[in-house]
Amino acid sequence: MPLYLNEDQTMLRDSARDFIADTAPVSHMRKLRDDKDSTGFSRDLWKQFAEMGFTGILIDEAQGGLGLGHVEAGVVLEEIGRNLSPSPFLQTAVAAVEALKGTPHADRWFPGIIAGETVAALAIDEGAKFRASVAMKAERSGNGFKLTGTKQFVHHGHVADMLIVAARTSGSADDQDGVTLFAVPKDAAGMIATAERLTDASLAARITFEGVEVDADAVIGEVDAGRNPLDRLLRAGRAGAAAEMLGVGSGAMDMTVSYLKERKQFGSLIGSFQALQHRAGHLYSEMEVARAAVLKAQQLLDAGDERADAAVSVAKAMTGLATMLSVQEGIQMHGGIGMTDEYDIGFYMKRQRVLAELFGDANYHADRLAQAAGY
Amino acid sequence: MTDIDQFRTETRAWLEANCPPEMREPMRSDKDTVWGGRDQSAMTPAQKQWMDAMGAKGWTVPDWPKEYGGGGLSPAETKALREEMAAIRARNPLSSFGISMLGPALLKYGTEEQKKEHLPKIARGEIRWCQGYSEPNAGSDLASLATSAEDMGDHFLVNGQKVWTSYADQADWIFCLVRTDKTNKHNGISFVLFDMATPGVSTKPILLISGYSPFCETFFDNVKVPKGNLVGTLNKGWDVAKYLLGHEREMISNMGLGGGGKNPLIDGAIATVGLDHDGRLADPLLRAKIAEFEVRSKAFAAQSERFIDELKAGRAHPAQPSMMKYYGTELNKSRYELVMATGGSDALEWESERSDGGHSARSWLRTKANSIEGGTSEVQLNIIAKRILELPGA
Repeated sequence: MPLYLNEDQTMLRDSARDFIADTAPVSHMRKLRDDKDSTGFSRDLWKQFAEMGFTGILIDEAQGGLGLGHVEAGVVLEEIGRNLSPSPFLQTAVAAVEALKGTPHADRWFPGIIAGETVAALAIDEGAKFRASVAMKAERSGNGFKLTGTKQFVHHGHVADMLIVAARTSGSADDQDGVTLFAVPKDAAGMIATAERLTDASLAARITFEGVEVDADAVIGEVDAGRNPLDRLLRAGRAGAAAEMLGVGSGAMDMTVSYLKERKQFGSLIGSFQALQHRAGHLYSEMEVARAAVLKAQQLLDAGDERADAAVSVAKAMTGLATMLSVQEGIQMHGGIGMTDEYDIGFYMKRQRVLAELFGDANYHADRLAQAAGY
Repeated sequence: MTDIDQFRTETRAWLEANCPPEMREPMRSDKDTVWGGRDQSAMTPAQKQWMDAMGAKGWTVPDWPKEYGGGGLSPAETKALREEMAAIRARNPLSSFGISMLGPALLKYGTEEQKKEHLPKIARGEIRWCQGYSEPNAGSDLASLATSAEDMGDHFLVNGQKVWTSYADQADWIFCLVRTDKTNKHNGISFVLFDMATPGVSTKPILLISGYSPFCETFFDNVKVPKGNLVGTLNKGWDVAKYLLGHEREMISNMGLGGGGKNPLIDGAIATVGLDHDGRLADPLLRAKIAEFEVRSKAFAAQSERFIDELKAGRAHPAQPSMMKYYGTELNKSRYELVMATGGSDALEWESERSDGGHSARSWLRTKANSIEGGTSEVQLNIIAKRILELPGA
């Protein structure tokens, strides 16, 4: 399989590019922010995503989806990133779908996701930096479980229809085994979500579970073996976050390069200054390398290749490095106007920072690769 | 079974039967590179056997047409062959400026006679080529070159000097840029081929900081070059040169790739620094630098794969080799800074047997030229800025 988009993928990219630029450009996000919208995204837009088929992109055709892969999901995510469109797409249609795939929960939740009615949230982080450890407790209670603990950085957690929650059914926080994944409906008693607005204007919840009772059939996969669906969720989420970040970095770079071609200083277009040309050339190179890393990870994921996990970490780390450069250079080359709220480039910097932290930052993934290589 | 699966299976079996075990060991130094050429006395029996076997199948240049000594393979077959070679860690059977630079240019600009004469010999490693581009006053500003070729009716009379001619003292033939019109800077250059044994050609090695002399000064004193050795149109050699430079950059960018499998840097670091009780390198800052290098290196490997796939499909931007050259060579320099950092004082040894004649230090010093030769990093960035990003001229 060549490492570029095939004809079908290119067509999907073109339609996603047009659709998202039309319906959810940066001004869409700006308006939600200015209105202090309490949902954080547009439910109407989520419906339109469904009409485009995007919400079922990773769901099998037999279950009503498009039966496509991570390359295609990434194509949509890149356009979401380029337009800074607030959307539950990454958490719901990519990460949650991958976790629920092949379990009885698919029948329950996929129809709503495909229809653009259901939003899923991921309650997997317990600290300010992503770690693989899970301390939150799930104790057996009656014929089900009782969840006690707190989670944070749960995007859309305050409005989600269901939450995927990682909790510990045995062992201690850093153990591999003993983790169980649960699908918890939003109306479960004892679950208190407090939404906080983040730097990029998105909303993420801190959630307290005060002895939340769930049935045994809330378990995703098997008790004590929740790392399997959690790993699927994380692989998909990381590849997806890398793709979205690639869109953020590319969008910032495009804005910056355009600006270099129109802004005059000292009587010349600033893009003619070699100092800035070299910085732009370097930025372009970093972004190209990141793009390749993302596509490689997506293709390996779609092929079910055993090297996919490492490739996903490379992609998440490399996009973290490259897009951070892109947004930083974006501000610098825009000069003073880049620091104003009125101009969009600053939004790219804020969104990049959020995506960089999501599912582990560049350091986390570089460390993960190092550990796997035995050093 | 698809055709490509079958090709893969057959290729795997053929490689297994024909690639000598010595050719599956990692290369230890420049001495292990096979360049071919008229004088093959320095080659080990395994090197010669491997080069000849691959050359006979045309697999030193798998995607060249069969009639010119190539393998006639499709892009998918070429990729499968490359992957199967990587799987057994087979060494490159032949490294050659003929393959990576002149060949593609001859395929595009050469006459039928020139292709038939030169390409099969390149493919089989019979003739070793060098490149006569740079001059003392025409390095990155190549179009300022002054070496002249005077039209003498049936031949050109070439006079002048080249510099940084890699391995000129070991090459059999040279592809050379000469000035055929003094009144026009870019459109007065021609691209000619000639035998280094022609009377009037002499070379002098340039000793480098690494203690090696891969480069030479090359002098031409009334060298007679037959008119039939002109490639492309008279005074339009710049087109050929630019096309060829794209391939040179592609080749140099491969330096950023390193070998397949586990990075030897890691074993080196563990050996010198040691692991702490958590199994992590005992120098956390060095560990962080290696880890970030690994991320970039693996990402660049993906980019190289993507670049080659796009190139074969005719989808790559013509200036993309500049990006590959820039990134690959900068990455290679950072790799060798880490080689030195992980090696510690062992890596500083210059002549000892244990250090394989100062292999680490000499390689490290050699990489400092990566961002100068073949167009400096700054020149590549200019090209990216102007041709890909389309930023305005100064």
